[in-house]
Formats: sequence, C-alpha cells, structure tokens
Amino acid sequence: MENFEPKIIGFICKWCTSAGADLAGTSRMKYPPNMIPITVFCSSRIDPQYILWAFKNGADGVFMGGCHPNDCHYQDGNYKTMKRIPILKNLLKELGIEPERLRLAWISASEADKFKKTITEFTESIKKLGPLSINDK
Amino acid sequence: MKSDKKRIGVFVCHCGINIAGTVNIPEVVKRLKEQADVIEVIDHQYCCSDPGQNLIKETIKEKKLDSVVVACCSPTLHEPTFRKTVSSVGINPYNCEIANIREQCSWVTDDKEKATDKATKIIKTIIKKVEHDEPLTPITIPVTRKALVIGAGVAGIQTALDIATAGYPVILLDKNPSIGGHMSQLSETFPTLDCSQCILTPKMVEAKQHPNITLMTYSEIESISGYLGNFKVKVRQKAKYVDWDKCTGCDVCVDKCPKKTPDEFNHGLTQRKAIYKMFPQAVPNRVVIDAPNCLYLEKGACRLCEKHCPFGAIKFDDQDQITELEVGALVMATGYELLDKQMLGSYGFGKLKNVVDGLQFERILSASGPFMGEVKRPSDGKIPEKVVFVQCAGSRDPENAMAYCSKICCMYTAKQAILYKHRVHHGEPIIFYIDVRTGGKGFEEFYKRATDEGVLYIRGKVSKIFEKGDKVIVWGADTLTGKKIEVEADLVVLSTAMKPAATKEFAQLLKLTQDEYGWFTEAHPKLRPVETLAGGFFLAGACQGPKDIPEAVAQSSGAASKVIGLFTSDTLEHLPVIAGVNEDMCSGCGICIDVCPYKARELVTTEDGKKRTVKVIEVLCEGCGACSAACPVGAAQQKNFKDQQIQDMVKGGLE
Repeated sequence: MENFEPKIIGFICKWCTSAGADLAGTSRMKYPPNMIPITVFCSSRIDPQYILWAFKNGADGVFMGGCHPNDCHYQDGNYKTMKRIPILKNLLKELGIEPERLRLAWISASEADKFKKTITEFTESIKKLGPLSINDK
Repeated sequence: MKSDKKRIGVFVCHCGINIAGTVNIPEVVKRLKEQADVIEVIDHQYCCSDPGQNLIKETIKEKKLDSVVVACCSPTLHEPTFRKTVSSVGINPYNCEIANIREQCSWVTDDKEKATDKATKIIKTIIKKVEHDEPLTPITIPVTRKALVIGAGVAGIQTALDIATAGYPVILLDKNPSIGGHMSQLSETFPTLDCSQCILTPKMVEAKQHPNITLMTYSEIESISGYLGNFKVKVRQKAKYVDWDKCTGCDVCVDKCPKKTPDEFNHGLTQRKAIYKMFPQAVPNRVVIDAPNCLYLEKGACRLCEKHCPFGAIKFDDQDQITELEVGALVMATGYELLDKQMLGSYGFGKLKNVVDGLQFERILSASGPFMGEVKRPSDGKIPEKVVFVQCAGSRDPENAMAYCSKICCMYTAKQAILYKHRVHHGEPIIFYIDVRTGGKGFEEFYKRATDEGVLYIRGKVSKIFEKGDKVIVWGADTLTGKKIEVEADLVVLSTAMKPAATKEFAQLLKLTQDEYGWFTEAHPKLRPVETLAGGFFLAGACQGPKDIPEAVAQSSGAASKVIGLFTSDTLEHLPVIAGVNEDMCSGCGICIDVCPYKARELVTTEDGKKRTVKVIEVLCEGCGACSAACPVGAAQQKNFKDQQIQDMVKGGLE
C-alpha cells in the first residue's frame, strides 16, 4: 500500500476552481499529480452519474470544485451541485463506496492556496483509504 | 461508422522549459502515437509562435486534419490564438481544444515521471472530447439600438445624455410628472455648497431638448418581455387630464383651483393644489390633475381650471395610455427614498411636527422651499434657536432598521448644520453621531469647516425624542464622557436611512435580483459594478446602494458606456456552446425548465401536435449545462459537452 498512487478525477468549473488551479500553477505551488482535471463550464453540468461512471472505470476518488455560494457564474449552478452531492454520498454508502472518496469544495479563482491544500489533503486521504475495492473485482 | 471518424492532430508545446522542464515531451509524443486514436502527434518549442502556428497549419493541410488538440498553457491564454489558427485553414474553431499541461501539470509537479504521466492523461481526456466535438457557429442576434432609462433623477439624466450624445435614441422615463428626482429638492450640495437646482436644471433642460432623448414622465413600466438587444416594454402613461401639447405651464389653472392637499415635493411641509406643477422649474413645464383630489373628477362639480385655462388644455376625459417600446438595453436609475419616520418609534413615530427628516430640512433650507429659504420650524414658523441633528437615524441599526451605513448622511448633516448657521447666526447646531465618516474628496476638510464654524458634535446615540411645551426634548448619551445628555431643542432633524425606491414587485417584473434590503445586485461587486446578471440590464446611481451625487453620476456614465458598447454593432454574437434538445428522446417532463437559470427553455407541442417537448431559446442559453445534468433521459445535451464526451473524457483520464 506504501506505493499506492490513487487515480482521481477532478470535475472543476471553468470560472472559479479551474482558474484557481491555473493560479496555483502560475504561483508554482506543488501538489500531488494524481488528480486529472476535467474542466466544464459549471459544476451544475456534472450529472451524478458521471461520478459513478468514474468510480466504475477505475477512479479511487472524485473531486468536484465549484464557485463559492453566491459567486456562481451561472447564478445558482453551484446550489444545484450543493444539493446533488450529499444525496449522491448517501447513495455511495449503499453501493459500498466510502463517501469520503467524493469531495466537494468551493474554490474561487483567487484561492490557489486552497486549491493546492484541498487537492493535497484529498489525495492523501484517498491514499489512506487505499484502492477502491469494487475496482479490484 | 468508419467514415465519421475524426482526423485528429495533436500538437504538444514545450513552452521553452516551462513544460519540457518537467514533462518528458518525446515520451508523451511516443505514448500518444501508440495509445491514442489520432492521425499525427507533433511537438514544438513554442506552438504559439509564428513558426509554431505555421507548423499547425501545414500539418492540417498535409494530413487533412479536421480536429486539433494543442497541449500547452491554460485555455484562458491561447485558446483564441489556436482557434484562429485552425480556422484560417478551414477547420471550425470549436473543433480545436486546449489540453492545459502547464498551469495544471508541469508548473505544479516536481517529479518528471509523474508529470509525464499526468500530461499524457490530460491530453487523452481532451482527445476524447474532440472526438465528438461538433462544428459550431456563433449565434447572431440583432440589436435594437435604442435604450430605455428608468428613473430620471440625476443618474438617469446623466445616463440618457451620455447615450444620446453618442448618437443613440434614448427614452427617459419617470413616474413623476417632472424629471429631476431628489436632486431637484436639495438646497446646496456638499462639500462645495453649489446650489443643487443651479447645477441640475441645465441638465434637465438639455435632456428635454436633446434630439435623441424622448421624455416619458408620469409613466410606469407595465410589463417587459424579450432578451438582450431585443426587449419589448409596455409603458403606462398615467392620465394627466391636461393636453400637454396645448398647456404652456402658465399656472393660471393652479391659482384658480380651490382644492388643496399636502405637497409631495415639499414632503408635506406645504400644500399644493389638485391641479399642480411639481416645482417651478419642472421639466416638462406642464401641469397635471391629481384625480383623487380633483373636485370635478371625484364629485362632479367645479371645472374652474377648465373655465380659466386660456388654451383649452384641460381634458377631463383623458385616459391612461399604453405604449409599447422596442429597446435593446435598459438602465435602472430608480434611486432611493428615505426610511419612513414611522419606523423610528423612539424618535416620535413621525408624529412630532418639529422633528423633520433630512429631505424636509433640505426643503426648509431651499430658496424655493416652504419658507423661501428662511429657516423656520414647521409647527409655528418660529426661527429655531437650537437645532439637534441625529445621524444614523435608522442606519447602522440592525435591531430596529437598516444594518448598513447610508454613506451620505455624515456629509449632508455637516452641510445642513453649516447652512443653518449661515442663516441663523446666533443659532446652535448640535450633531449627535456614532462616527463621522469623511471618506471622499474634500470631505474631511468640510467636516473641519463645520466644527470651525461652531457646529457642536456630540458622540452618542439619541435614545428618545419627545415634545414638552413648544420644545422638543432630546435624550442622549455622550459616550466620550459617559454622561447622559438632555437637550431642549426647537427643531430636530433626523438623518434617516436611505432605502431603495424600487419595490420587490418592480424587481420581479423586470426579473432583476435585489439584496436583502432591496438594492439592485450588480453582476460582480468589484469588476462589474454597473451590469446586472440579466443581459441588457444596467445599473446607474443609488438604486444599487447609497451614493452621493458624484458617485451616482460616475456610475451613470459607466452604465451609459456599457450601453454604447453594446450598440456599436447592430448584431451580437452569442457563444454557441449551448444546450439543445433531442426531440425524439424528450418526454416533455419539464425538469430542465425548472433548473435553467435563464428561462431559456419552454414547453411546446411538436409541429404534428402529437407530443410535448422542450424548445430552447438559443440566445438566452448561457451554456452552464445544468439542464443536461438534470435531464432524466439524456435529451438535453450541451453542445460539445455531451454526456458521451464527458464520460469518454473520464475514461481517458483513467487509462
């Protein structure tokens, strides 16, 4: 388990979290390379099914990043995400997937440091959880 | 189908050592050539340079590519560059996508091997996206190059003048019979003590005479439909009972009218007639009949105005007129009101005659006011020897009224105290304050001037105001000495809080958002202060939050420049990455309609009348994709972010 490198998919919104990730890059901050970012216009574009799809296809963790409440570029897209994710987490439990494998965070375009810390911490927590067992089967 | 397969070319940029320093580019190229379903993979030192772009163009021609992935810096930097490059050789720009392997990979990773892995995966996700990208064309929307400005105070007037001077027609609308707003009620303005009317009336006249400005006073918005560039607005012009084409504003009718009622312009300090002109300098300089107070219209007897009008302008059978306007942009300049004194229980519930609010005292100070500029008190017309000013009456008071600072009161109270002192030399002005906030050009100096000229400032909040004989007793505390204070005043002026004039119903009618107090919400508090989130709606002046005159004027010019920018072309381009509907799959459940923040989707019946489906109003769709995530059957699909694309991207990132 020492050398376990988790596979993580990150759904991030273009306006806030992806811009925050870009700023982390411009500021040359370092964080683990496990998360592969998929940028969409708004976190509300992410159908919970995609998250299940990611787990099914080998992801050990899924990260979702959106704008802070009230800051959504599309008025209230992040509120939809805010409602969808807790419901999905309950469902994950039923499916035998630890809900901690799914992380939602609000990260603005200026919060490079928060992006770095969140991704670092999330990657570490997935390392501790180990590979997703349904992927072994 | 084989023939549908995309011919994809991938260009991997070194960005000098910015990417190549951490990512093993030859290895990335090798892996992509082996693992990805692409025609060509080429790397270059600087893809964005001229030779780099030429390489892309030549490769597209040589290999007959129809889609391109550039793996380089963030798309915010060079997506437009490369999209232009590919479209110059005939590829649809939306079939060129950027894989961000610099900001989100090489710059944030130390380990070369891991960075190489991550870069390869990021590029694979984008290759998967491009595989199903459609060619898209920006949606073109026509723009009606005419603006509607709602509210004709100084903010609305400035906005209208700026837009009109740039050459575009403007309709300037106000609910009152005259334009001018609150600024026309003010005595003098801080910190320069310019006469408010003297600087405003020339602007009012200019607005009236401007060939590009149409005034619609005594009018209100009835309904609005349409979208950015193409609004239809129904306006109700209230019945005036006077033919304004015949009326000359001579006031003969006003002299003859026997019915009196409190004058709104003087905030009830005087009476006006049932037929009246708002104020002597009113623009348009015309009279209206206030129907509920007119003896003839209410009781059927009188008609004195009609008898005496030299021009036959009285029109008792006048009706409200509904006009439909077509405009491309709307500017809100609806301004502020003062908090009702009734809200302030401990300050006499607005019942004490000698407790007035800031605007009433402006009228008392005004040369055209109830006492022609002499300072007298409303109850008996005596000159007040001692005047107490109470700052923050309803502002900074979250328990009882408004939590915010009304911003202008510190300065106008200082001004009113100075002006009072100028008129009543032996008078004693006393100001109760919590803090004196003097952030503004010349403001601190003005505050200093007030104290130098004998205005007494007491730091403390007033707890109670009540009448005793013909005096007004003010109880307060001096928080600097800790002592209770009782002042026997002749007149009390409350610097009551500003509140938005626009009601909740009005905001809902226009579908604009307001904050918890009712101020209109701007698109971004710092970077887009004059725009709203609703395309085509702009904000000017105090409708957005408390503002003094120069700030309101500056914001108005800002809003005008946004409108002018919108009008520079007669068409607009709209991002084509919008969500469509697959009619065959759509069950007409309407879930997507509820999640759409832009009202871009509506339920319709198909042409053959057989089923319900959803129609997309393409120009309203901003492309968030919320509907695509919510659609239970997959009929709503965001273009170039289709379900299949995102699922394939996930696979690409996990390979």
